[in-house]
Amino acid sequence: MAAQTLFDKIWDAHVVADLGSGMALLAIDRHIMHDLGGGRGLKQLRESGRKVRNPEMVFATPDHAVSSEPGRTSETTELSSGYMKLLREETTHHGIQLFDLGQPGQGIVHVIGPEMGISLPGSTVVCGDSHTCTHGALGAMAWGIGSSELLHVLATQTLPQTKPKRMRVTFTGRLPEGVQSKDIMLYLIGHLGAAAGAGAAVEFAGPTIRNLSMEARLSLCNLSIEMGARFGMIAPDDTTLEYLAGREFAPKGALWDQAVASWRALPSDEGSVFDREESVDISAIAPQITWGTSPQDVVGVDGAIPDPAAADGASRRFEMETALRYMGLEPLKPIAGTPIDRVFIGSCTNSRIEDLRQAAAIARGRRVDARVTAWVVPGSYNVMKAAEAEGLDTVFRSAGFEWREPGCAQCAAANGEVVAPGERIVSTSNRNFVGRQGPGARTHLASPALAAAAAIAGSITDPRRLA
Amino acid sequence: METFTVLTGVAAPLARENVDTDLIIPIPRLVTLANVDLGRWAFEALRYHKDGSENLDFVLNQPRYRGASILIAGRNFGCGSSREGAVVAIRRMGIRCVIASSFGDIFFNNCFQNSVLPIALPQEEVDRLMEEARTCTSGAAFAVDLEDREIRTPGQRTVAFEVDPNRRQGLLKGLDPIATTSLRESEIASFQDRDRKARPWIYS
Repeated sequence: MAAQTLFDKIWDAHVVADLGSGMALLAIDRHIMHDLGGGRGLKQLRESGRKVRNPEMVFATPDHAVSSEPGRTSETTELSSGYMKLLREETTHHGIQLFDLGQPGQGIVHVIGPEMGISLPGSTVVCGDSHTCTHGALGAMAWGIGSSELLHVLATQTLPQTKPKRMRVTFTGRLPEGVQSKDIMLYLIGHLGAAAGAGAAVEFAGPTIRNLSMEARLSLCNLSIEMGARFGMIAPDDTTLEYLAGREFAPKGALWDQAVASWRALPSDEGSVFDREESVDISAIAPQITWGTSPQDVVGVDGAIPDPAAADGASRRFEMETALRYMGLEPLKPIAGTPIDRVFIGSCTNSRIEDLRQAAAIARGRRVDARVTAWVVPGSYNVMKAAEAEGLDTVFRSAGFEWREPGCAQCAAANGEVVAPGERIVSTSNRNFVGRQGPGARTHLASPALAAAAAIAGSITDPRRLA
Repeated sequence: METFTVLTGVAAPLARENVDTDLIIPIPRLVTLANVDLGRWAFEALRYHKDGSENLDFVLNQPRYRGASILIAGRNFGCGSSREGAVVAIRRMGIRCVIASSFGDIFFNNCFQNSVLPIALPQEEVDRLMEEARTCTSGAAFAVDLEDREIRTPGQRTVAFEVDPNRRQGLLKGLDPIATTSLRESEIASFQDRDRKARPWIYS
């Protein structure tokens, strides 16, 4: 048999019917729903007279609309009250497992899927959220879907899909001190552009990836969609298996052994062919930070804000000028030293326990600058409890950070926790789009270490100076 | 779903790359409004000044492009989130077809569920169409013909495009994808029976 890629193997194992012209009806193994789309979708399905075909393969948790205020309930805001009521009623009606507020399992969909062992190597995972590519770090084929596709999966446990192109990015070089997986992915997006992965499933490979922890891999795959790729994935290895072993919904006993034997065969075969190959050496990069309104607008924290005059073509120059005006930045000035108003440590990119440890290592024994409001929002109930058991909440609180309740919070501000117009925020999330964190909000994307350092300094700061 | 066969209308040039779904419809509108009300808020940050008045620099506010049903856009249109509200918003604004050299993949898929046709063409061709949309007589119509898979311009040019045959049929006939898939229920059931033996851990 011809050499196959990781993606091809998973695709082939899920084809229910070949629809021709590169399209197939694919079986879906796991469907995770959140509060914004889940309740609405289930209600719509019920009203159309249809049933959930495989409720045992569907999981739900509130994350987008819930408040992250300490001591929050579903009633903390009117918005979350409505969405929570619907989600509870509909999951009960359809017999779907709900991880409710204050329960283990509640959290950001892309944190809890891996954490609970719901997402597994070789599986197909969908969710009505573009950052579903995160789960690909486990060697799953995971992608974000729209609300119509969500209904389709509920009703049929399948989805017709066009097979994407195959792309592989090989990272080489040892991760420099103070540089995290967030940085290497931002660097890659800056290098290749925000559309580089459009129409493709991207496999991340190479020695750098093999040495990354599971959580660092999740952060990396999370940003695949920011380079335009619906799918980002990493072949499962010992790191993956060690991470998954014993997780609540992961297989146990003989079933685990059987699954592992199957997962061991997933990595791309020697000699398998990709439509596009890229190789990136990351051994000399600095911690990264964005300066504009697309994740591709990125520089090293030791670098300068770029000059539109040096742009490649008139249209790019115009874009850069527009972005700099929105961001209130001047070309050629060093990005470090730019004063900030807020810091947000959280989101499906960087809210796992390792992220919080990295931020806490910077925050320990220091104080948040008096001009800065800094939030830490753990990604899930389990992350929150683990962090509290290690005393990280105390580290953050003593330093003047707010320690908040798990959810998406300020990343998309869907719960109303907006950044004010003109305020500048260093955020560990994934999107610096115009108005993303609130109308007129100025977002700089960075790693948890850089975000913590900026909170302490009151300005964009190289975290290596505080390490 | 409404059918899509031949669309005739004004084409508006939106010469901006990486127009993301947050820019098309921001979350605060999405979580508080019903689908039918989204059209008014499509491209909010580009379309309105802070005081709520219209920004006349924005192409879709200019008299000749107001009410356009075809949007010719820069590459990577609709990148970002999976929100189907982005398609709904432009659809409610009156746009039935978007032409660009590339799209956000999820946005692209979502279009077909809302009777909106996304057409991917080489950048040089998109540039030519954009130029024609800028320079043609005001009100001159473009035709997007899904039956014959071609765009006919006011300047009498014909531009062929490709579209997945399944997607094309879905739009032409206004098919409900769930009903179409449900016809394959026995195939789904037998897949799951086989798969349950091959990968029992997925079903346990």
